[in-house]
Amino acid sequence: MLAQFFVPHPLFLKGYQNVLDWMQIIYVFALLVGALSFLILHLDKISKKQKGWGYNLVAIAGLALMVFFGFYKGIQKGSPFLWIFDNLQVPMQSTMFSLLAFFVASAAYRGFRARNIQATILLIAGILVILGRVPLGEMLHSSIPQFATWVLNIPSMAARRGILIGVGLGSIATSLRIIVGIERTYLGK
Amino acid sequence: MSVPPNYMCPSSASGGLTRWRNRHSFNKLFPLDKQVLFPTLLKNLSRRIVLKGKIHHLIFILTLIFIFHSPAFAIDQISWFDPQKTNLLIGIILTLIFIFGFILYAKKSKKLKIRSIPGLEALDEAVGRATEMGKPILFSSGLGKMERVATMASMNILGSVAEKIAEYNTPLLIPNYDPMVTTVAQEVVKESFTKAGHPESYKKENIYFVTQSQFGYVAAVDGIMLRERPATNLFLGTFEAESLILAETGNSIGALQIAGTDSTIQLSFFIVACDYTLIGEELFAASGYLTKNPLVLGSIKGQDFLKLIIGFLIVAGGILSTLGYNFLINFLGKG
Repeated sequence: MLAQFFVPHPLFLKGYQNVLDWMQIIYVFALLVGALSFLILHLDKISKKQKGWGYNLVAIAGLALMVFFGFYKGIQKGSPFLWIFDNLQVPMQSTMFSLLAFFVASAAYRGFRARNIQATILLIAGILVILGRVPLGEMLHSSIPQFATWVLNIPSMAARRGILIGVGLGSIATSLRIIVGIERTYLGK
Repeated sequence: MSVPPNYMCPSSASGGLTRWRNRHSFNKLFPLDKQVLFPTLLKNLSRRIVLKGKIHHLIFILTLIFIFHSPAFAIDQISWFDPQKTNLLIGIILTLIFIFGFILYAKKSKKLKIRSIPGLEALDEAVGRATEMGKPILFSSGLGKMERVATMASMNILGSVAEKIAEYNTPLLIPNYDPMVTTVAQEVVKESFTKAGHPESYKKENIYFVTQSQFGYVAAVDGIMLRERPATNLFLGTFEAESLILAETGNSIGALQIAGTDSTIQLSFFIVACDYTLIGEELFAASGYLTKNPLVLGSIKGQDFLKLIIGFLIVAGGILSTLGYNFLINFLGKG
């Protein structure tokens, strides 16, 4: 995998592609394990009639229904499978995602409280960046958008890059520890 | 048995290498002439399989046939190295030297220390809190699959955390996004409970696959948090847009939260919503910090020295570029 990054020979690229294909094949089998785990978990709760077992029944019914429609009618446009996906799954996902807006507000309220000097600087910088990204900022003062861009491109980017260098080196070191067998916890050892 | 002349490389016929090859019958099995290399290998190995029944030679032959028939071999103009990536290769070699150098040093001296990481120091407190309150601990490795380094780091931390949890017999809930991660997490926790001397406390049913839908996963984990009311939430691994939803829900139920991820965008959300956050590399250093394994600590020290070199290169590049010399920036920016 590392060699193909440096060697542009088609043989290495083909080998790399083969590895990726095999990963997909293995992954399909892992998905079966996941589906089995899902079934066992929910069937167990239903059989024990645990609190809220009706929801487990809905989960199993949902899985069975999607599998049935997928195999019986296919997944092409106009199929029941795609209809359920577009009209149930997608709206539910969008609902969950829209919660993020409210959580950002509550997290910002907590994060921007001026408890000390650093928090106050964060609060001022945050307000100026918010103002700089909306037309109101430019109406108040022409330099607010420039300041917002400066904050994002210079200090914020410098901090991000500092973290990214650490993450990159940490990833390499962890990978090496795994490759040479120093770190084997993820294998259950 | 004499060596056929076409098996010899003419240019090196009188050299020491050729004499050594002849003496050890290498030319018979691995001739230098590329035109006869594969047919000869096939012939000799086939004979070995038939006469001696060596199955690994059969596997080797099948691999050779597969490679030999690859369309890649039909191409005349081949390139074995991309010169645009020389800087990256040098960087990787330097990284390997430093990390392995410090691992070897740690193996000998065993006296390496790393700075205190508050998020990891708080793990004992987090486990103790859950035990005292009689509530479970929730662990999530996020949306990462097993090939993600952050997920592997997460599993390494899970091993140490599960060992602590096993001692107190506190329930550990691990809802997973990926089926392969589920299997790995089950193995890791099982092994940790056994190591702690409490294999009977291990509950496989508490580590389960939920869904591969990002927001479906969030809905499930949020539901678990609101129903089970865990005393401690550990969000360690790969997180995306769901990070804040999870952390804010955890905050709303008053759970002590420790989070860590390699995404700089999600880190900011975790910092405001969690009690402790492992920033960037701290996530990868956690397993060494918790296990005190000198070899892991050695690799972390190697990382630190590499950071020093990178810092030096950044400063040097800045100064040289200001003075009008751009060769360092051009070299490092290639590829």
